[in-house]
Amino acid sequence: MSIQKQSWVPYLFILPAAIVLIVGLIIPVGNALYLSFFSWDMGTPWDTAEFLGIENYTRLLQDETVRKSIGVTLRYTFWTTTLEMIAGIGLALALEKPIRGASIFRTIFILPLMISPIIVGLIWRYMLDGRTGIIPHYIGQIGELIPFLQNFGFVKSAYLANIDTALRAAIVVDIWQWTPFIFIIILAGLQAVPADIVNAAYIDGANWWQMTTRVKLPMIRNLIIVTLLLRLVDVFRALEVLFVMTFGGPAQATEVLSVKIYKTAFAAQNLGYASTISMVLIGITFILSIFVLIYNNPTRQEGSH
Amino acid sequence: MTMLTKPVEKRRIPWQKISHYGLLILLSIAILLPIYVIILTSFKRQVVVMSKSPVWWFEPTLNNYNEILQNHNFVRHLISSTYVGLVSTVLTLFVSSWAAYAIARMKFFGRGVMSNATLLVRMVPPVVLTVPIFGLWRQWESLWVNAPWHMRYVEWVNNSALCTAQGDLLDATCQIFADGLTDGRLGLILFYTALNLPFVIWLLVGFIQQIPMELEEAAIVDGASPFQVFRQIISPLMRGGYAVAAIFTFRIAWNEMILGLILTSRRTYTLPVKTTLFIDQAGVQWGLIMAMGTLILLPPLLLTFFSARQIIQGMTAGAVKG
Repeated sequence: MSIQKQSWVPYLFILPAAIVLIVGLIIPVGNALYLSFFSWDMGTPWDTAEFLGIENYTRLLQDETVRKSIGVTLRYTFWTTTLEMIAGIGLALALEKPIRGASIFRTIFILPLMISPIIVGLIWRYMLDGRTGIIPHYIGQIGELIPFLQNFGFVKSAYLANIDTALRAAIVVDIWQWTPFIFIIILAGLQAVPADIVNAAYIDGANWWQMTTRVKLPMIRNLIIVTLLLRLVDVFRALEVLFVMTFGGPAQATEVLSVKIYKTAFAAQNLGYASTISMVLIGITFILSIFVLIYNNPTRQEGSH
Repeated sequence: MTMLTKPVEKRRIPWQKISHYGLLILLSIAILLPIYVIILTSFKRQVVVMSKSPVWWFEPTLNNYNEILQNHNFVRHLISSTYVGLVSTVLTLFVSSWAAYAIARMKFFGRGVMSNATLLVRMVPPVVLTVPIFGLWRQWESLWVNAPWHMRYVEWVNNSALCTAQGDLLDATCQIFADGLTDGRLGLILFYTALNLPFVIWLLVGFIQQIPMELEEAAIVDGASPFQVFRQIISPLMRGGYAVAAIFTFRIAWNEMILGLILTSRRTYTLPVKTTLFIDQAGVQWGLIMAMGTLILLPPLLLTFFSARQIIQGMTAGAVKG
């Protein structure tokens, strides 16, 4: 049943939200698409912008730096999401059993998600600094203590300033910040698996491994997929941690697409071309969002709560 | 001997529990260490901050805090941040709860489009919006910043005794309409509201769907209008949802930096923007950054400790249906 008689009432309810979304998000995205066909430098009036047609896009296809940036983005995304999913699900399985004091630990685990991304970036930049950082210091000391480990990178070095290690360091930071998110969601999912199903499998003689791979994980399959998709979208969207930690450097080692777009727009001052690169990023997130929509739409009312 | 076997059976070492707690404590240390370092460092003297080897024990100092309070207009930027955070949160809650109610409970042409579009725009990367907002909003604001009534208003704000107390809340309120869209708080409030709306609508739809329909049906039979039903029946039942939504909205607005950098000016920088300005060609002023960081950290820290349950509810609602 519907609660209203007049057909215009629902529109009145959604009107304010529609206006804000149109002004704040939809028009700007449309405008970015429009700008992507222009050459427009920052600080010059819009009247002087030059229409280029698809020239920006052909430039995009040939642009080595963009290709490099896409490569960095994909590597960064692959390693962060993969390691975070494995660690998050693993921890959730290991710590599934309810214990005393769980709420304190859970409170601690959500802290990294509540902290401002720029604070996260800055604090890790300080801790990873080659001169003052505690992490290179202790890693170097371990390497001196056990020289064998020096072959595996246990040497004091400026990890964020080194082309070979910068991206890896950035991945570690992301894992620190986001593994707890996956852990908490998967844990909530696991604890919601009906007890009678688990008990039935137990009576049938399932061991821990069978219980996990045949019963519990399949039960929360959709949840895992949606968590992965949301995480993927967020990794592609993220900018601020890398912005303050490395600003894409050294060279292009940590220049993910979002940093590349910002630099093209506000450092190279090329607003039109920055919008063209934006279209790549928005295309990726758009495709991922379609999948989220398929797997998880709260307004599609099937079943009950 | 018979005495001995029984207690031994009972006092078996609970390895599972020990490893369970051990793992949790290890993880907690890993998570808390950076937070501990930032707070610790904020109380260090510059020499200690830049020391080449880790210093865990030192004579604490308030130098960094004094510096940002006295020489860097901390209070003004605090007001800016608080103002933007609170106003955009309130605005988001009002606007999104109306939309969520329509999506959850009403049948209308375009409902499916509206709910899907909401989810799609939720995924838009903020960096994509920087360029258009920078360009577009600047054009829009020039339409009214140069209007005669606006100039008269600015003049009034600058002369009125009510508004001229620099940096205080009343001043911020007066200035909000005097500033344009791109160098004050108005644009930022609008942007954070837009950025948060999709997620909050999504969240609140889930909350509304859990409220039994019978209450509303009874009210409608009694002749209540949809507006009365929303205000008097749904809204009071949604307090839990509002709390969750408010935490998430405020967090985004309080923590965000990139759009803050683009949409504010010297006078109106939010705290995260101000913090990044301590990185310049001359180097990074770590002491000041850590003090700033600690202060920015406080509200989210308190929120986490007092409403962890709501935060987890919001996080899982984002992934789990309903």
